[in-house]
Amino acid sequence: MYKYDVYDQQIVNERVAQYCDQVRRRLSGELTEDEFRPLRLQNGLYMQIHAYMLRIAVPYGLLSSKQMRMFAHIARKYDRGYGHFTTRQNIQFNWIKLEETPDILADLASVEMHGIQTSGNCIRNITSDEFAGVAPDEIVDPRPYAEILRQWSTFHPEFAYLPRKFKIAISGAAEDRAAIAVHDIGLSAIRNAQGEIGFRVLVGGGTARTPIIGSEICDFVPWQHMLTYIESIMRVYNQYGRRDNMYKSRIKILVKALGIEEFRRQVEADWVDIKGGPGTLTVEEVKRVAEYFAAPGYDVSAEKDPALDLFREQNKAFADWMQRNVRPHKVPGYAAVLLSLKKTGVAPGDVTADQMDRIADMADRYSFGELRATHKQNLVLADVKQSDLVSLWKEASAHGLATPNIGLLTDMICCPGADFCTLAFARSIPLAKMISDRFDRVDFLHDIGEIELNMSGCVNACGHNHVGHIGIIGVDKKDGGEWYQVSIGGAQGNHAAIGKILGPSFNFQQMPEVIDRILQVYLRERLEDEPFIDTVRRIGVEPFKEWVYATPIEADDSVDKTNYGFLEKPDHYTVQRKSRL
Amino acid sequence: MIIKNKAVVSDDWTILRLQENETPESVSVPAGKVIVPLRVWQAQRSRLQDRSGLGVWLASNERPEDLKGDLDRFDVIAVDFPRFADGRGYSIAYNLRARLGYTGELRAIGDVLRDQLFYMQRVGFDAFAPRPDKNIYDALKGLTDFSETYQTSFDQKLPLFRRVKRDGAAGSANG
Repeated sequence: MYKYDVYDQQIVNERVAQYCDQVRRRLSGELTEDEFRPLRLQNGLYMQIHAYMLRIAVPYGLLSSKQMRMFAHIARKYDRGYGHFTTRQNIQFNWIKLEETPDILADLASVEMHGIQTSGNCIRNITSDEFAGVAPDEIVDPRPYAEILRQWSTFHPEFAYLPRKFKIAISGAAEDRAAIAVHDIGLSAIRNAQGEIGFRVLVGGGTARTPIIGSEICDFVPWQHMLTYIESIMRVYNQYGRRDNMYKSRIKILVKALGIEEFRRQVEADWVDIKGGPGTLTVEEVKRVAEYFAAPGYDVSAEKDPALDLFREQNKAFADWMQRNVRPHKVPGYAAVLLSLKKTGVAPGDVTADQMDRIADMADRYSFGELRATHKQNLVLADVKQSDLVSLWKEASAHGLATPNIGLLTDMICCPGADFCTLAFARSIPLAKMISDRFDRVDFLHDIGEIELNMSGCVNACGHNHVGHIGIIGVDKKDGGEWYQVSIGGAQGNHAAIGKILGPSFNFQQMPEVIDRILQVYLRERLEDEPFIDTVRRIGVEPFKEWVYATPIEADDSVDKTNYGFLEKPDHYTVQRKSRL
Repeated sequence: MIIKNKAVVSDDWTILRLQENETPESVSVPAGKVIVPLRVWQAQRSRLQDRSGLGVWLASNERPEDLKGDLDRFDVIAVDFPRFADGRGYSIAYNLRARLGYTGELRAIGDVLRDQLFYMQRVGFDAFAPRPDKNIYDALKGLTDFSETYQTSFDQKLPLFRRVKRDGAAGSANG
């Protein structure tokens, strides 16, 4: 993976010094909260319901075991013993004291990490494919380009105060695993007929209040011109994006207002002046960065272990795990393994400090000391020898990291919701738990098969609900209650689509039955092994709508009596509603 | 007092801002060195163009291209930041310098604060009028927050990867 050179380290160290002084000036009153807010946000520090939340950048989701151990240290020393992986492949800590943030950032800088631009109206952490470099269907390894973009976007002087946040995703495989169509800019690394590398560029995708699939602005930008082309997109957006209404200030609104043709014309009018200029990438620079991502020292003699199949036949739990959590690898004898952070009873994406240490150990032992965070809030050990799978499975199981549910109903994407977030209308973590509990039967889940359930506590849609096969979103009915709207038919990836809303919203207690009824229609209508999303595409939303609303749904009172306090960390969560004032 | 060329210096320019009851056509431009709003320059061009000691300022929603052809008539061009979080002024400055070739004094006015000065100087500002309630000597420190930058902008014609020899994976490998 990429390692800082003296320049990277110096820039991050100077950032820590700058931030320390900003905190000092805030605490002394020289800076007002209004003046300080954008500064702390651009260092990843949010004020949440209970405390400050610090979001740490994991560039394109790639991290080392050493960095994971630093997260464990931060969780123990400055937080309450756990952290939360996010849908931007970052990690956040929820119980942070402002006075301690300079120390945390200094600790992070010692392992080449930071919170730079993980929040605020600037270019955020670049996200990518969690199987980059190892996927059999990869066309171009996107990681060197993601790193080049990271450096280019870090403290870009012109684009630090954009109309709104700005998210870029990059993918380089046949299957898009980076959800590029719902990003402000989505890059797909491809090869043209001559075999040259370039990018298909999508612009103006997104979720939130105005869910929309990105439009193609260019079908092939040669790699040399990647940075200048993006610079021109940014400059047009910075000048003309709306700043009068934060709900209309994302680039998608500008692209929609102008139309993609006019937006493209403006971008190209800007680009003509800088195209081929000094910002043009060089062969040497791409080569220099790409060397950091060279293949690790694979064991060329590694091959499929015959004992594996035998063990698989004898052990159903292992077979389930192999089926759901292990992915093919481009090198014979290797596999990529997903560690599930979606164990029933645990908030999706949460990891305890002890688990972090064990995960780091497993990365060292089985995967060249590297890890990846996924935008679906799981972790990946990307380079595991197949002959190590059984021991890895045993170890991961012992630490609650081998739930065989990747891609299944309980592998939900979930935002922090009203338990933590000041924006949310409704809770999402307890709802995720409630749904997990109701359907927590391995055989049933495997029978239902691939299904993406994404959940957000409010219109900001951090849980990617619009592109969930089933999407759940907390809505504000102005009565103080918790209400959820349900959509189906959304999708990420190559066939990205925005889900269709089923109808009137449901309350918290009705939700498990709603999901149950949706699944009943699927089981009734599916053809053989047809996945849920294909059934929805084939028969449409109507049959689901009819059945879900056919008879009144009684509120399941038992649901809220348990209050879904978290067994594993009862002191961490308070589920009473807080005022959002 | 303003910051100019990285030092605190005295300043004798007046910035004309239209009051609610004033129009660009009717406002009277005082004598002396005045920085007038773009709209006043456009409305009163014939009266103003022979004045010595004239500056113009752009609001964040105005276009620097509107000054094309007139750039050498001004001793100073200013860009107003209505709120420091309104980042349009950065692109205005970049376009004035890099596209329109303006070489005179480019001054940031309005909600100008220490923690944005580093970015402002990178896109081409060489003069800054920090908000009057702030300590200008403190603001000056904002210009030196970083000693190295990755990307090109007006101040730095070459990106880091063209400017220095960076060690590759072999050079920095430390396990």
